[in-house]
Amino acid sequence: MAASFDLKNDGVVVIIGSGAGGGTLGNELAQKGIDVVILEAGARHEYEDFVNDEWDSFTQLAWKDKRTTSGDWRVAKDFPNLPAWIVKSVGGSTTHWAGASLRFQEHEFKTLSTYGKLKGANLLDWPITLAEMEPYYAKAEAKMGVTGTNDWPRLPGNNNFKVLKAGADKLGYKECHTGNMAINSVQRDDRNSCQQTGFCFQGCKWGAKWSTLYTEIPKGEATGHLEVRPNAMVIKINHDASGKVTGVVYADKDGKLQEQKARIVAVAGNSIESPRLLLNSESAKFPHGLANSSGQVGKNYMRHTTGSVYAIFEKPVHMYRGTTMAGIIRDEARHDPSRGFVGGYEFETLSLGLPFMAAFLDPGGWGRSFTTALDHYDHMAGLWIVGEDMPRAENRITLHADMKDEHGMPIADVHFDDHPNDTAMRNHAYKQASALYAAVGATRTFPTPPYPSTHNLGTNRMSEKAADGVVNKHGQAHDIKNLFVSDGSQFTTGAAENPTLTIVSLAIRQADYIAAQMSAKTI
Amino acid sequence: MVTIYDGKPGLSRRELLKRGGIGALLVISGSAVISPEHAWGLETSALKPETMATLIQMARDIYPHDQVPDKYYAIAVKGHDEQAGKDAAHKAMIEDGIADLDKKSGEGGYRALGWEDQRVAVLKQIETTPFFQAIRGGLVVGLYNQKEVWPIFGYEGESYSKGGYIARGFNDIEWL
Repeated sequence: MAASFDLKNDGVVVIIGSGAGGGTLGNELAQKGIDVVILEAGARHEYEDFVNDEWDSFTQLAWKDKRTTSGDWRVAKDFPNLPAWIVKSVGGSTTHWAGASLRFQEHEFKTLSTYGKLKGANLLDWPITLAEMEPYYAKAEAKMGVTGTNDWPRLPGNNNFKVLKAGADKLGYKECHTGNMAINSVQRDDRNSCQQTGFCFQGCKWGAKWSTLYTEIPKGEATGHLEVRPNAMVIKINHDASGKVTGVVYADKDGKLQEQKARIVAVAGNSIESPRLLLNSESAKFPHGLANSSGQVGKNYMRHTTGSVYAIFEKPVHMYRGTTMAGIIRDEARHDPSRGFVGGYEFETLSLGLPFMAAFLDPGGWGRSFTTALDHYDHMAGLWIVGEDMPRAENRITLHADMKDEHGMPIADVHFDDHPNDTAMRNHAYKQASALYAAVGATRTFPTPPYPSTHNLGTNRMSEKAADGVVNKHGQAHDIKNLFVSDGSQFTTGAAENPTLTIVSLAIRQADYIAAQMSAKTI
Repeated sequence: MVTIYDGKPGLSRRELLKRGGIGALLVISGSAVISPEHAWGLETSALKPETMATLIQMARDIYPHDQVPDKYYAIAVKGHDEQAGKDAAHKAMIEDGIADLDKKSGEGGYRALGWEDQRVAVLKQIETTPFFQAIRGGLVVGLYNQKEVWPIFGYEGESYSKGGYIARGFNDIEWL
């Protein structure tokens, strides 16, 4: 039975956001008997409500509140008010994600030590190592049902994967398979197995893909220690004279402002909203925003070095059938500076339906060069590049000077410039992917620019020293001991891998830490 | 109110040819744009029907798919007529934009240019204008989000109600 807590109850842990970080943390704490209120800005749509239609689903799930953009990234030109393709709904972006669940590599926790100082990059080692993370990765994989772990079989490969695999073999790539996916390959956890429906991004109507919406959240609610309050947009975190946070102010479903008292506050609104909230919570005591004595809140915004390559073949592929991210090549994920860049990248199959292909293949493009590509939509195969991008102080989330949302909160501006390392990596990946598809007989390939960001990272970075970042190795603010960050914004650097597994692992680890600190009465 | 209707346009083919001129793809009749070959018509309420006919041609020239009939381009741009009815500024942008297009196209206007390349050359001159971007931007959703055109491109759309593709060819590729 889901709990219901009074606004004045100052014994609860308030978590802002219900996605991979917030939803997982909420359940983990509830399982330990700790009372939790999750405030979610979006509405609650259960999985039977999802729609197999790209634009309708976007309308249902996406975070569409206005944001502004600046910088040299192409998204700022093509989608100036949509820097990120993420979700405003219970379950957050775990409703939308593709399911790829990869552990970081050892060196990716130590980028400054491994890559050395790089001009224009704000590299820093994580205050945690892979060895410390391994037990939590194992717990996360078990929780999420990651294929290729715990004796769960990998998913069968669809047509798009088969093209990728044939090309990988021709190029001599060794590590190509259908991935480590948080998608049930067999029925488990009272959920269906994958039916190869092909609308992973639109929310899995079978519930086969792990999402906090129908795993962590109902499990947490069943303990009687978790309340999820949808349509609750948090606009400010309050604190007392000693600097401890005391509660949060949010606009409820009717737009009315409420204050929920709290013993602990955990921010998990994704890497644009989380720093926006901390910055907007400025006060006389914290004039630059909460947890910002380092000045790092909002900085080091990362989005992975991405891009896609689609290719047309003489004969049909029907790439949209089956899991969207149906396979992976990991050979380029290594750190090998002889390629002309530090860090590495993954190739993962990707497919868009016709409506989104028209919107994203070459935004702004028109004429026959564009339309003849779409004419062969059913002969297309495609992949996505996801690589480590360089953290930069000037790539950052700031509060807009003039524009405010309906609650009077300044909207977020997202500034991003590619680092030369990002550009070199993307160009390498475009070349490799084009060669891969050419090897299978592609008649035409399309190096497709990055979409609005799905992996938003780094804007409340974790650091050993308080001067270098916002939170410590447990996601606890250096400045305020009862304030935590629980999403991908705490990433010190981005690694080449899709971030969700690491966000979930960090949330499990953080729950252990919070529970221990509460028992010891230090928070 | 804009209506798209199938079936007979209500005028004899002979009369249409008389009014519209032989060889014209789209015929203007009263407040309607009519496709005599394909028996559909589009009635306009705010924009001039000639403007709508030019918009339809312009839509095809921006996103040319030879296998997609005019009807779907007409559906894709008809929202501009509705918007023009509610918003005078939008109406002025469209009418002025089309007038400018016709002027740049010389005698007979845009639709009199026989080759797509000629029309595209005119569109290139205006591609940065708010008018062009409004038309192009609207088409991205207006054209490609019509479920009726998806089969033309081999896209099958919704699949949950059919049980996904697990038994319907998710891995049926044979040519590799």
